[in-house]
Amino acid sequence: MTIVLNGEDREAPPDITVLALLETLDYAPGRVAVELNGDVLRRVDFGRRTLRDGDRIELVQFVGGG
Amino acid sequence: MQTGTLTIAGRSYPSRLIVGTGKYPDFDIMRRAIEASGASMVTVAVRRVDLSRRGGESLLDFIDTTRVTLLPNTAGCYTADEAVRTARLGREAGLSDLVKLEVIGDEKTLFPDNEGLLQATRILVKEGFTVLPYTNDDLVVAKRLRDAGAAAVMPLAAPIGSGLGIQNPANLRILLEEIRDVPVIVDAGVGTASDAAIVMETGADGVLMNTGIAGADDPVKMARAMQLAVQAGRLAFEAGRIPKKLHARASSPLEGIVR
Repeated sequence: MTIVLNGEDREAPPDITVLALLETLDYAPGRVAVELNGDVLRRVDFGRRTLRDGDRIELVQFVGGG
Repeated sequence: MQTGTLTIAGRSYPSRLIVGTGKYPDFDIMRRAIEASGASMVTVAVRRVDLSRRGGESLLDFIDTTRVTLLPNTAGCYTADEAVRTARLGREAGLSDLVKLEVIGDEKTLFPDNEGLLQATRILVKEGFTVLPYTNDDLVVAKRLRDAGAAAVMPLAAPIGSGLGIQNPANLRILLEEIRDVPVIVDAGVGTASDAAIVMETGADGVLMNTGIAGADDPVKMARAMQLAVQAGRLAFEAGRIPKKLHARASSPLEGIVR
């Protein structure tokens, strides 16, 4: 299936959870925030929410800023 | 001698200086500069992770979050909608309701979009955020932000990153005179220590800066200079300066002069 991750099309295994996706990318769940189809996904739901074809995911973190 | 603490939405912060985390030569210099500044709050930006770089070094590895509070910003947002989305993500990433709200209206000056700022403030206040909006040095806008529930107002001294110092001291004085119920934190435009001291002498509750420190030849030394300037300026404000006079007033007694 295809998901849209930070604006880019990406292939992902069917029914992958957000948590598993983060693991494949090497990002610690405590260090990022996730928006799924326009809504913030709470951290407690990372392991429960499975992704579906066409899901749009924004994956963000803190960077230096003023 | 101590100056009073900065209180925002009922929470006290020992330092009146808030510093940014952007534009440092590297994370280690940033870490040392934050330490030297004595800041108890630091701003951070919320950005998409770089998918071409897996995991790796994170800003948060260099910030002692047991000692400093993170203040996520909405820098780079040009609409209320973008700013609200960014604030929500910042809250989830940092697990705190604080947000430095920026809604920018002009690319060249980075001046705020007042309408978008007000709109985003109202939405975020309703969602329980502690909103600290970056705004013009405009009293009417500041009042509206306060009335919309902003926990502080953060007027600029000069354009972001310009280092020009206070460009409109009269406006800042008016704002400080009229906005008494929420803190006024001057955000942006401080170029060197004297700028920060003047901001604090004018009576600002706090000052927020990034480029003035990060862009200095020696950011760590400048961070310490800023800490001292903020403390000196605040002490001078609390001490109450003498009135300015056009002519001399002798400091030594006029009686008993040897003639």
